[in-house]
Amino acid sequence: MKLTLKIWRQKNATAQGKMETYQVSDISEHMSFLEMMDVLNEQLIAEGKEPVAFDHDCREGICGSCSMYINGQPHGPRQATTTCQLHMREFNDGDTIYIEPWRAKAFPVMKDLVVDRSAFDRIIQSGGYVSVNTSGNTLDANAIPIPKEDADEAFNAATCIGCGACVAACKNASAMLFVSAKVSQLSLLPQGQVERKERVLNMVDQMDKEGFGNCTNTGACSVECPKEISLENIARMNRDYLAASVTK
Amino acid sequence: MAAKSALLKSSLAKKYWMSLTGLFLILFLITHLAGNLVLLQAPEVAAPAFNEYTEFMTTFPLIKIISYVLYFSILFHAVDGILILSRENRNARPIQYAHSKPQNNSIWASRNMGVLGTAILVFIVLHMANFWFKYKFTELPMGAGDLPDMYGLVVASFQEGWYSAIYVVSMIILGFHLWHGFESSFQTLGLNHKKYTPVIKVIGKVYSVVVPALFAIIPIYLFLNS
Ligand code: HEM
Ligand code: SF4
Ligand code: FES
Repeated sequence: MKLTLKIWRQKNATAQGKMETYQVSDISEHMSFLEMMDVLNEQLIAEGKEPVAFDHDCREGICGSCSMYINGQPHGPRQATTTCQLHMREFNDGDTIYIEPWRAKAFPVMKDLVVDRSAFDRIIQSGGYVSVNTSGNTLDANAIPIPKEDADEAFNAATCIGCGACVAACKNASAMLFVSAKVSQLSLLPQGQVERKERVLNMVDQMDKEGFGNCTNTGACSVECPKEISLENIARMNRDYLAASVTK
Repeated sequence: MAAKSALLKSSLAKKYWMSLTGLFLILFLITHLAGNLVLLQAPEVAAPAFNEYTEFMTTFPLIKIISYVLYFSILFHAVDGILILSRENRNARPIQYAHSKPQNNSIWASRNMGVLGTAILVFIVLHMANFWFKYKFTELPMGAGDLPDMYGLVVASFQEGWYSAIYVVSMIILGFHLWHGFESSFQTLGLNHKKYTPVIKVIGKVYSVVVPALFAIIPIYLFLNS
């Protein structure tokens, strides 16, 4: 198929960017979206032009790096799917596709479609861990009995790949879904109890410092999340934070 | 360290206050509506009853205290919502998308709470200027029940078509605000439960249709009977 691509081009973090238009042809419906981008870049290189910079790594939906805002939605039109897992059969011959970087003050554009998501790393550093003594007689995690329901919920929260689609989708550029998933995956388990209050206070504090917006419960994050992280995590974090700020 | 500002300055704290003041307004609207429905009765019954209700609401000490909580809630909710939440949230995305399809992931009301709220605020100012201010700061003529004639003022106001129309439109706006706001306020406080959340959502939808509709019937009824 033949496609018209409108892509955000920006030389570096300080340059003014703008949308540019490109044509690609001979795109197979079996290609992934990133393979289509590879075709475009080969074409640009052959023409002596600068290829489009974009983040990607695993190309199998687990690393969370392939951030692209495609036709008005993060990771494109298909639900529960990362850009690398999106196939060109979702589009039609002759389509115009808009491709933009995540837009958020806390995710500055570095180049073209690449944004700096280290704000997420700093949030994790502020509390997304459990302190375990590793002096030799460490308790085997599997030896601690955990109700299946809790284990499942913790696991579901832990499937968050830190892609940032929730922030990109949110009209407030809020990071609540990500942060609440990272808070929940630990606070649901016995190992996470010791630091439970500090964790939620510190991670929310860091989230605010990074300049993400405030949650207004539109639910856009969960709809666009490739891992379908539930809004229940946000409610849990709201609850935990309230309890921690009253008692700590 | 983080805990100190947690209940005042954090992003979640702003939302807790938004939610608590919003829920208080939701409760208030029920009592307000219950009193107003008197207006749908025949004038001989409604006139003294409504004037007595007005007198009671403005003099009974407990109600007076609650009314101050109410004024505070409206102001706090509006300032927090517009000056803080809406403004901060706009700043969190300095460059907008060239092409965006938010209708695919969220409902319209949820994305326009600030605009809807501002319209409600304009309505509240107009509403208070016409009734509350006149009652408190001007001499109303005496009416049924030998009391200042609030009933007469209300009926005369709603005989104006444009004035009634503003009320009806404002109630539709309130309905949209609460269509999202009701359930949102529970989520904000973390009141989420597999069993109860679906019930809360249904109550919220029913409330946001029925309460504004009943409010709106009053001006329509008084206008048509004028
Ligand atoms: C009788 C009048 C009103 C009622 C019953 C009401 C109720 C609510 C409720 C229940 C919420 C949800 C709180 C949450 O999500 O935690 C809310 C949110 C909000 N309200 Fe109001 N409100 C009223 C008037 C206003 C006014 C006058 C304004 C602004 C001038 C306003 C602006 C907002 C904003 C910006 C939000 C935040 C959006 C969100 O978090 O979902 N509201 N309101
Ligand atoms: S919550 Fe979902 S959308 Fe947000 S970072 Fe995690 S996986 Fe991505
Ligand atoms: S490239 Fe790893 S999730 Fe898409």
